[in-house]
Order: sequence, then C-alpha cells, then structure tokens
Amino acid sequence: MAKPNGSWQKAASWEELVTACRPLVTDVSFPTVEAWKEMHPGGKAIACFPVYTPQEVLAAAGALPVTVYGARGQVEIDHADSRIQSFVCSIARSTLELGLVGRARSLDGLIVPSICDVARNLSGVWQRNFPGQFVFYLHLPQNPESAAAIAYYRSELGRLRREVGEWVGRAPTDEALREAIRTYNRNRELLDSLHQRRVEAPEQWPAAGVYVLAAAGNVLPRAEHNALLEKALELGAARRAPQRDTVRVLLRGAFCEQPPLELLEVLEEAGCAVVNDDLQVGSRFLLGPVRADGDPLAALAEAYLRESVLTPVNHPGKRSRSVDLLERVQAAAAQGVIFASPKFCEPALYDSVLLKQVLERAGTPYLEFEYEEKMTVFETVRMQAETFVESILFFSEKS
Amino acid sequence: MAEAYRFQGVGRDLQKDLLGQWYQRLENAPRTGTPVAYLFISGNIGELLRSFGFELVFPEVNALQCGVKKVAGDFILKAEDLGYSSDVCGYVKNDIGLAASGNRGPFGTLPKPDLLVCTYSGCNTYIKWFEALAELYGARLFMLDVPYRRTGEQELQQDRDYVVAQLEQLAEVCAELTGRPYNPDHLSELLENSRQAEELWVNILHSARHRPSPFDAYFEAVFFMAPIYVLRGMPECVEYYRAAAQEIEERITHRLGPVSEERFRIVLEGPPPWPHFRTFWELFKRWGVCCVASTYSKVGGIWDFGFRHDPSRPLESLAEYAMNCYTNWGWQLRRRMMERYVKDYQADALVIHSVKSCRSFSVGQADVREYFTKECDLPTLFVESDLADPRYFAEAQIRNRIDAFFEALEHRRVAGPHPGRA
Repeated sequence: MAKPNGSWQKAASWEELVTACRPLVTDVSFPTVEAWKEMHPGGKAIACFPVYTPQEVLAAAGALPVTVYGARGQVEIDHADSRIQSFVCSIARSTLELGLVGRARSLDGLIVPSICDVARNLSGVWQRNFPGQFVFYLHLPQNPESAAAIAYYRSELGRLRREVGEWVGRAPTDEALREAIRTYNRNRELLDSLHQRRVEAPEQWPAAGVYVLAAAGNVLPRAEHNALLEKALELGAARRAPQRDTVRVLLRGAFCEQPPLELLEVLEEAGCAVVNDDLQVGSRFLLGPVRADGDPLAALAEAYLRESVLTPVNHPGKRSRSVDLLERVQAAAAQGVIFASPKFCEPALYDSVLLKQVLERAGTPYLEFEYEEKMTVFETVRMQAETFVESILFFSEKS
Repeated sequence: MAEAYRFQGVGRDLQKDLLGQWYQRLENAPRTGTPVAYLFISGNIGELLRSFGFELVFPEVNALQCGVKKVAGDFILKAEDLGYSSDVCGYVKNDIGLAASGNRGPFGTLPKPDLLVCTYSGCNTYIKWFEALAELYGARLFMLDVPYRRTGEQELQQDRDYVVAQLEQLAEVCAELTGRPYNPDHLSELLENSRQAEELWVNILHSARHRPSPFDAYFEAVFFMAPIYVLRGMPECVEYYRAAAQEIEERITHRLGPVSEERFRIVLEGPPPWPHFRTFWELFKRWGVCCVASTYSKVGGIWDFGFRHDPSRPLESLAEYAMNCYTNWGWQLRRRMMERYVKDYQADALVIHSVKSCRSFSVGQADVREYFTKECDLPTLFVESDLADPRYFAEAQIRNRIDAFFEALEHRRVAGPHPGRA
C-alpha cells in the first residue's frame, strides 16, 4: 500500500477519514500522484478527462490513471484565456491552465473521451501546447442500437491498448486486463454499496462525505481506493448520526465539471438529503460487473454499450432519460430534483429543459441553478435550497 | 458591354430559384405524400436518403435563413421562454422556436419529419438538437455515429467500416419507412451527379487563386455553396454549378471581382454572423478585402484536396465524406488546412470570426491565433459575435478591430515587416 497517501489509514472515525481524504479532492498539484511516481520510477501517470474512460486499460499497462476534474477552483484562469474563449465551461479552461502553469507536471498524458465539442477541441489544443505528452482522443460510440457498435468500440479499445502500451513500454496483456477489470469491478461494487447506504440512511452517510471518499479514487490507485472504501463502509456504519428534518433530493447535472464541495455542504445544511446524484459519475459509469473472463476488451465494450448509466453525453438509443430519471426518483424515494448545471455546459443545459417537463408532468418538484467550479459565494443557492426544502416540507402533495 | 457580361448574377439568381423550388416541394410534401427526413449539413448523406425518395430538411439552413431574414431573434427568445439557456447554440434555439411557431418561417411552412437522421459529424450539439426534436415530433431518430478525425493524417479503417455498417442499417430503416427497397444503382446515379457538381465547385473555389480573385470565397461562397449542400445528387445541382462556373469564367476574363480594387487577400475561419451578414461584409469591403479561401465553405464537406463521391463505392464514399467535413477534423488537420490556404491562395492575413453558438468551430480558435501570430508570423485578426443570435453582434467594437487591423496591415506593407522579424 502506498505510504505517502496513508494518512487515511490512521483514521478512527468516519469524520477523520473524510478529513484525511479532503485534500485529495482539491490539491491540484497532485501530491499522491507525485508520491506514486516516486515509488514507481519511470511509471507514467495519465490524466483522464471526464466523463468516462475505461481506466482498466491504463492500469493494465502499469500506468496510474488520474481523473482530472479541472482545477477544482484552486487556480486563477489566466494563460488559458489566450487559448480558449471565456464562453466555455470552466473545467476545460482550468484543466488547460493547470497544464500551462506547470501544475500538472506529474501527469504525462491526457485521455479525452468524446463527450462534447469543448472536450474534443481541448484535446487538439492540449496536443499543440504539450507536444511531448501522450494525448489520446477516445471515440465512445453514440449509436448503441447499431449491431456494429460493440465491435467498433472493441477496436477503439484495441487502439488505446496498443498506443498506451507503446507509450509506457508495456503492452497490457489479456491477463493484466482481466486483473484490472476485477479490481475495478470491486471498486464499482464498493462505490455502489456506499451510495446505496446513503439511499437507505442519508443522515448516516452524508453526501459531502460520500463525495470526498469517492473522489479519493480519482487520484489513488484503485486497489488502494478499494481498501479505503472498505474502511469507509465500516466507519460509516459505526457513526452516530444526528436525526433531522430533511428532504430527499436527487441531484443532476454534475457529471463532468464538479461543483465546489462547499456547495454540497450548503445543500445539506439547507435540509437537502442528497440520495442520488451524478457527481463524478465516471467511476460508477458501468452499472454491473464487467466480465472478467474471455476477451477483456470485448467485455469492456459490451459493458459500456449495454450496461452504462445515462448521462447527457451518451445517446440513450432505445432507452429513455426521462424514464430513467423517474425510475431513479422512485428508487431513491426522492421528494424533489435539483438540476445543478455547470455554467456553459451545453449537454446539461439541453437535457434539463426536457427533464423538467417530465417532472412537471409527474408532479415532482425541482429546483434549478448553475454553478462554476470557482464559485465562492453560496448564499443565493442556500436561500433557493432552503425555500425548496420548505416548499416540499410544508406544501408539496408528495411530501 | 451588356454582351460581355452575359453571366453576371447567374450564380445568385439561380440559387434563389432552386432553393425556392426546394422549399416549395417541402411545403407540398404532406399533400403529395412525400416522405420527409431531417438531417444536418455537415458530412450529410443526403444522396442515400434521396435514393429512397425522401425530401430533405436541413434545420441549420432554416436557422441561417431566419438569421439572414432577421427573424432569428424572435425564435431564439421563444426557445428561451421554453427554458433553453442563453448560453446554448442559437441555431438549436432558432429551430425550437420555429417548431413552436408552427414551423412557419420566411421560407414557408416546413413539414414534420418522418425520420430524423442525426448525421453526427463534427458537432455533439447535433445529438442534443435531434434528441429534442425526436421528443417534440415523436419521430423516429437514427443516430449515425461518425467518429472524429482524431489521428492526424492517418485515417482509421475501423471508423470507415463502422460508418458503412451504420449506413447499411440506415438503408434498412429507410426501406421500411418508404416501402422502397435499397437500390444501389440509383444511389450511384445520384453520386455521379454529386461528383460532377463537386468537380465544378472545386474549380470555382480554386479560381480565387487568381489576382485579383474573381470570387469571394466566404461572403459569396456562402450563397454559391448552398446547392452542393442541400441539393447534391440532383441533376439541377450539376446544372447550377455549370452556370455558376460560367459566371466565374467571365469574371476572370474581364478581371471582375467582389471588390472594385483588391487590396488585401485573407483566409477566413469561422461561420458568418447571419443576422448582420451584409454589415459584416461591408466592414471588410471598405478596406478592399477579398476572402480568397475560407473554412466555413467546407463545413458540409471538403473537396478541394481531392475527395469526390465515388459512384462505384457508394456507401464507402458516403462514409468518407461524412468523416471529412471541416469540423469533424482535429485541430492538427484544421490548422494545416489554413496554412495551406494561406500559401496556395497567397493570403496576407488570417481572420477568425469566433461565434459563441458553435463550440465545435470555436473552442481552440484562440489557440489558432496564438499559433499563426507567434509561430507563423502571420497577421491574425480575432473577432467575436454569433452566427444566429443578433444580440452578440457589437458593430462598433467589431468595426474598430477590423479598421485597426487593416490599418496596421497597410502600414506594415508600406513600412516593411516588423524589425527583427522575417
């Protein structure tokens, strides 16, 4: 187990564990990545832009996959403004800023999945500005109904496997891929448990804490994160949680750029028990375990196309985002929905229009606001959330 | 003299006639029982749909027509009233506003779609756009997944095979909807028409290599290119480009051009501000600026580096076309294209018109400016507005930037290049 990251191992309570992991969320100098590289001389760390990258392929090549959610509000966007215009979401600009100011020195490459036009073009800008880096634009199929999609995506994963293998000097074998799939399956299972427990007892498993513990996996090797989550499940169960009047809400829109942690805390303080969300959804993108026998790339391809979560950036095919949302609301016994969209995020902003109509027809209350990763004032959101909670507690037919 | 100028104005007039007839056919479609498919311009596979007898609607073209006719602002506001953010694409909002207004625009009334074909080529917003239309109309949506050209010059066989496989599936869907079987021979006939029109269009584009250029490859090209994007495959499209080529030939013979005296030759990157198109053009014309090559005129497809639809390989050729429209190219290819244009067309400068609506076009254009100014020492002007939303066009500010730029360029021409630079 990696020692330099080990402060979480000493935690004796849920609160201590969350406190120990909190710096891992916001420290965009990536100290744990630096530490990993010290322990793995010559090892490569590869940044993965959200929403989803099949990190098993990178891990099987011996690289450290690092999910980078922008600068987490920790860096002033300055140099990136000369490369990407101001009407673009913060995460694209702040990620580029990290590179331009040398904060991402420990990262040797960037993988950008085909989630939106901004991310796509960022990959080209990154390539020009960091010519020595490994830059890979991954095409995630958008036609899940096509019989050719699985074979196509398998070949795209094959391209990733080949190129990452050449870059790190170690081609991932099938067995290494299966091993990585098993590790990631365990990670998904633990994350699911953590989130499921929150559904059952949100006071016991507060959203901001769950978020921090899940976020630690963005920068830690998966095996270590698995150990951390096992501990989290133990400590969380032993926690004595205060009972309070809250409203169970489902949060949507934060699948890519992340809100500041304070925003989640403000929502909870305002009385929202977040019981379902799409925060950092990439690590929970595949809904079931990936087959760990047979052809590992085919298994990853099938899982992506047949058993993945619906977000605004993957076309649902015959599935329906509206039905999915209503089912999630029901499964989580949510009393309301919060659409929290990052400023300028087109996919989120388009979807929220259609989904709000669905909720109106279903009589489910919702609240909508925009955020930016660098947001520092939360009073308006607090007031909106408090009003939302009160309106549900005192006036909603469904409360 | 009248004898000498037999063909001037033909390109514009005939284009208006052809587009008018097309919109008339669309308006009549519900009455004539003609099936209607909606699709996008970029990398469009219109010939395949036409081979099944579909009439085609291109929502982007409707949006730009609304922009030019100055009604886009109202449609956009209507969409915003329905909940769309001020920060999302103006074309999408125009279309939603139009649909919510009975689909009646300056071009007549548009029919509802029997099939939505999201030719997702070069723009992710297309997906969100047609997902919304599928909800709105309750129409069947076919998602044609076209991978991005992401590996530089190297084209991936896997991408081509994937698109071809989907085109085969689309043909099955079309056959099911129209009751007509897929007829590859008919498709090849249409593609032969496409090939001929493309040959003529490329000659027109290349004519801008003349000095003075007979043709503005941006402000005029946007009119001249309409038939090749919306009517490609039809015989009248070939006829159109024969007539337009005659107009250009005549201009070359008589040294006629879009500006009375060509003082600056530019390459232009980015879509036009449709609601202020004339004003924008005039800001350049007054400096004697002729655009000799543009990227926007390749937004639907790129032919000037050799591609032609190939009737002997119908689906493969449609797939190659779909993958190679301008915004489906990675930045490496886009930069190289601009560099080639600057060299081949002997341009004095690059002008970038960056539009908020279209992130696909815009994100990274500022980096392109960095590249051309710092690494190529090419004067580069960067102006911002929008392609659909009239609220974003700040005329005084744009005029100031354009004036200052060409003033400096003129000074540089008189005084010589900046000391210390080549």
